Amino acid sequence: MKKGWKELAIGTQITKPGSSEDFKTGDWRTERPIIDFDKCIHCLICWIYCPDSSIDVRDGKIASINYDFCKGCAICVEECPKDAITMHSEVEFEK
Amino acid sequence: MKKIVVAKTGNEAMAEAMRQINPDVVAAYPITPATEVVQIFSGFVADGRVDTEFVPAESEHSALSACVGAAAAGGRVMTSTASQGLALMHEVLFIAAGLRLPIVICEVNRALAGPINIHCDHSDTMASRDSGWLQIYSENSQEAYDNTIQAMKIAEKVFLPAIVSVDAFIISHSMERLEILPDDEVRSFIGEHRKPYDLLDIAHPITLGGLDLQDYFFEHKRQEIEAMKEAKTAVIEVGKEFGEKFGTSYGFFEEYRMDGADIAIIALGSTAGTSKVVVDTLRAKGMKVGLFKIRVFRPFAFEEIKKSLEHIKAIGVLDRADGMSSIGGPVFHEIRSSLYESEKRPFITNYIYGLGGRDIFPKDIETVYRELNEIAEKDEVKNLINYIGVRE
Repeated sequence: MKKGWKELAIGTQITKPGSSEDFKTGDWRTERPIIDFDKCIHCLICWIYCPDSSIDVRDGKIASINYDFCKGCAICVEECPKDAITMHSEVEFEK
Repeated sequence: MKKIVVAKTGNEAMAEAMRQINPDVVAAYPITPATEVVQIFSGFVADGRVDTEFVPAESEHSALSACVGAAAAGGRVMTSTASQGLALMHEVLFIAAGLRLPIVICEVNRALAGPINIHCDHSDTMASRDSGWLQIYSENSQEAYDNTIQAMKIAEKVFLPAIVSVDAFIISHSMERLEILPDDEVRSFIGEHRKPYDLLDIAHPITLGGLDLQDYFFEHKRQEIEAMKEAKTAVIEVGKEFGEKFGTSYGFFEEYRMDGADIAIIALGSTAGTSKVVVDTLRAKGMKVGLFKIRVFRPFAFEEIKKSLEHIKAIGVLDRADGMSSIGGPVFHEIRSSLYESEKRPFITNYIYGLGGRDIFPKDIETVYRELNEIAEKDEVKNLINYIGVRE
């Protein structure tokens, strides 16, 4: 929950280090990448290219995309050798 | 308490107040007619009469930036400038206020170019009126001195910066009788330095100046707005305490012979002094005239001004700057806005005067009173915006 003006420290102070982790830039995204795991060969090329380190890898395999930080740039879609990633409008995911 | 009575100019008076305040850092760049303030102060530094770190910067932009750094690091900080210097500081004014740093500028009101000019008008500070700085205008050297001392205390109460100004040459370079308070009294009045935070406090590390986008900028500005509201209380508290300790109380404005007045002039700075002489003359002739001097322009005392002025029949607002809105000056707009909700809205006209140091004489002010009298008698305004002393 973001703080209101009455609770925030005055003068734009940031009072704890590493607060950029709390800055969820994923809400800048207009399109969302979705991995088709039937096609994915876990080559990790998307993980290498992702400029926001938003591809989660577990046990050497692609596990998921971190939508808190993925800005929807679609570089992963461009680089995937198996065309396993596709972009979908965020509108589709609105409740 | 032993006050020292001396003859000093407005600039000397402000430099003397700075010496007594003994700030941790003064960063400055010289500019006519405010040069003397820091020139005299640098003498105090050289003579070891203050503990201040003096930073001669390469421009006013740098000077105020150095002040911001020093204040963020926890120092009590002051500077001085005028006109183009304040304009060059403009960008940093908003940053100092946004970071909530209680810096005090001793300012000398000089016309902004162009055309280039070095004499008095209020276009410089009026151009900074929305920057988040408190603005206190001084009628004479004594007020410049008293206001500088109070500004430091008010600024540190609410964590907003403050500008104290005097009229170029008319006050900055004119020698007047000045009562100086004892050093220790001034220091105990201002008290221990209060800071909003301290970058050098390594036990509580903070980051300042971070990118503040759509999701937090508004909240920080809302805090600043609230601080400006709180400054209203602080101005009154400090002005009252100053009076209790030193004999002269201060508020948002001064009402000079406003009791029973039908018509009134509103003025800032030295012109208020000239107007008082005219008020005395006209009162002696039986005219019910008064002067309403605005001392604190930021924060602006809307409710208090409404209460004090709504019973007046006709008001002439003297503006020593034009807002270039095509419809008069900044003080005029604020005064009219203050009285909008009054059921007894007075007639309010605007007089632009004194641009670029054009003198205003008692006869000019008398003319304004006579015109206001006519408005009050005939219930009719001929000219909403008037220009005193300009050649047609």
